[in-house]
Amino acid sequence: MTLVEDTRAADRLGSVSSGNALELRGVTKMFGALSAISDVTLTVQSGERRAVLGSNGAGKTTLFNCVTGDFLPTSGTIRLFGEDVTRFPAYERIRRGLRRTYQISLLFNGLTVADNVYLACRGVSRGRFSFLRPREDDALLTRADELVEAVHLTEWRDTAVANLSYGQQRQLEIALALAGAPRFILFDEPAAGLSPAERAELVAILRGLPGHIGYIIIEHDMDVALRVAESVTMMHNGRIFKEGTPEEIENDQEVQELYLGDGHG
Amino acid sequence: MALVEQGKTVAQPWWFERITAPWWVLAAVLLTMPVWVNDFILFQVMGWTFILGMIALSMMFLAGYGGMVSLIQMSVAAMGGYMVAIFGTSGMGEISMGLSWWLYIPIAIVIAAIFGTIVGALAVRTEGIYTIMITLAIAAAFFYFTRQNYTIFNGYSGFNLVVPPMLFGVDWRQPMPFYYLSLGCAVLCYLAVVYVARAPFGLALQGVRDNPRRMAALGFNVTAHRVAAYTFASVIAAIGGILLVWQNAQIAPGTAGIPAVIDILVIAVVGGISRPIGPFIGALIYVLLRTFSPDVLMAFGLSGERFKLLIGLGFLTVVFFSPDGVLGLWDRWQARRARSRDPLTGGET
Ligand SMILES: Nc1ncnc2c1ncn2[C@@H]1O[C@H](COP(=O)(O)OP(=O)(O)OP(=O)(O)O)[C@@H](O)[C@H]1O
Ligand SMILES: [Mg+2]
Repeated sequence: MTLVEDTRAADRLGSVSSGNALELRGVTKMFGALSAISDVTLTVQSGERRAVLGSNGAGKTTLFNCVTGDFLPTSGTIRLFGEDVTRFPAYERIRRGLRRTYQISLLFNGLTVADNVYLACRGVSRGRFSFLRPREDDALLTRADELVEAVHLTEWRDTAVANLSYGQQRQLEIALALAGAPRFILFDEPAAGLSPAERAELVAILRGLPGHIGYIIIEHDMDVALRVAESVTMMHNGRIFKEGTPEEIENDQEVQELYLGDGHG
Repeated sequence: MALVEQGKTVAQPWWFERITAPWWVLAAVLLTMPVWVNDFILFQVMGWTFILGMIALSMMFLAGYGGMVSLIQMSVAAMGGYMVAIFGTSGMGEISMGLSWWLYIPIAIVIAAIFGTIVGALAVRTEGIYTIMITLAIAAAFFYFTRQNYTIFNGYSGFNLVVPPMLFGVDWRQPMPFYYLSLGCAVLCYLAVVYVARAPFGLALQGVRDNPRRMAALGFNVTAHRVAAYTFASVIAAIGGILLVWQNAQIAPGTAGIPAVIDILVIAVVGGISRPIGPFIGALIYVLLRTFSPDVLMAFGLSGERFKLLIGLGFLTVVFFSPDGVLGLWDRWQARRARSRDPLTGGET
């Protein structure tokens, strides 16, 4: 099963823009006097798969929030596929192919699984304001059902999200991020709280994504992170602390002292 | 793939097969009502129920599906009513323009919808209690403006002799024609809301209610969606307002005074805002109380004016025992009945 629709269109778009999916220049986000991230400069190429590591409060989620536009950064610039999106609202960035999952599931509790995924498919296509109900054979409905199946929730497709288990909600989070034709995805601790079997499933989904789709994954579990990422960025106290290949990071003396030693590994 | 094939082999039920027995009974009762009730019930009870129900329905749409409690709906309805008086005919010949019905009705709906949309655009930037406060403030401003403005709204006295057009040779203000007219409008508005709730627009609105931040992260312009919801709700309120001015044959500032604004809130809450039928249930209860409780009160030697007290007490009781209104009571009763019938499904429903 293909997880992502219309790869050709996405490839076409990808070839038009520059080779970088994401470029951050001196991005800072202050919450009052606290700088959650300071002067972050980061480049991720199209199709690149990056892991972001860092202890609690290092600023990883804040970094994602700035990239997606959930928060506007206090200073710095953010370029998405070569375009300056620093002041764009979140929905404009999403329509350009950015996707994300949330560390704490942000779903539509009053709606069913199928409706949640259908909304995700609808959000990145036209007809968001349509007053006409979709036909039974509507392409987006079919597409939504495929995504529901891909995350093994077919049995629960008509269940209200509020009645799903924690693990199922995490899987639904992933389905929402795969809707439409994603070009770059931000995964915020997708494996947190999953069982070993569910983790293996997650790794399979991530590794099965088409090559043109890059992503950043925040992951405390080094086993997962190193199996799905080709490069690693370490964050500490809101700053980028180290960048390198998984091997370089794993063997780095400073990193081991700072991070691998403190019980997260 | 499996899904598409299934659709071919399993016979799809006709749309009317999906309508359950209670709805058929309700339809039969409503359609035959003029045969077995008197004109007073038709015009004063049922007419008012449909009209207030429609205006409360527009509030239910915003609150139940959009999570926005808007108190402007009565003012939007009154705006529709005023525009009918101003662009159509009334006893105020100097102001009323006397256009024909096929012009003034669309004009009234469009102007009311623009008014509701502007209020919506101001209100959607606020949340919760602040939405209630800003819409209430604008409703109050509308009331005082119509009372003080004589060039357009004819101030204190408003407009009288505003009647429906004599279409197809029928006097639509006679009890039976008016009953069917208001029933037809109410049913259309109800069906429109039911339909739109499952269309992308309505589904997205429920997404905005549950989680606006995630909606933005799925590519939706949350603000635009909320404002559009106000526009849609305003059209429903405007239709209610036009019927209201015909029912009264007059409109004045008090039509959308603060008590009237609050009445719509009470109707929506008492009925329940989880489903579009709720406001009509609330409206029927309200109109029955308003119509008959003065007699009951006087039988006990109390002033008939005190029916508001009864309505207020009823409101308190409902909010206290069933925050989701009569609909919520009904749902819980159904759930309990289902549980007692089948011991196997004794768990949570
Ligand atoms: N909305 C907010 N308001 C105020 N402070 C915030 C907000 N979001 C994050 N912070 C603060 O910013 C800092 C970075 O938080 P962030 O959530 O980005 O860390 P994180 O690296 O994702 O941590 P974790 O591993 O726990 O998820 C923390 O000190 C946090 O308290
Ligand atoms: Mg985090």
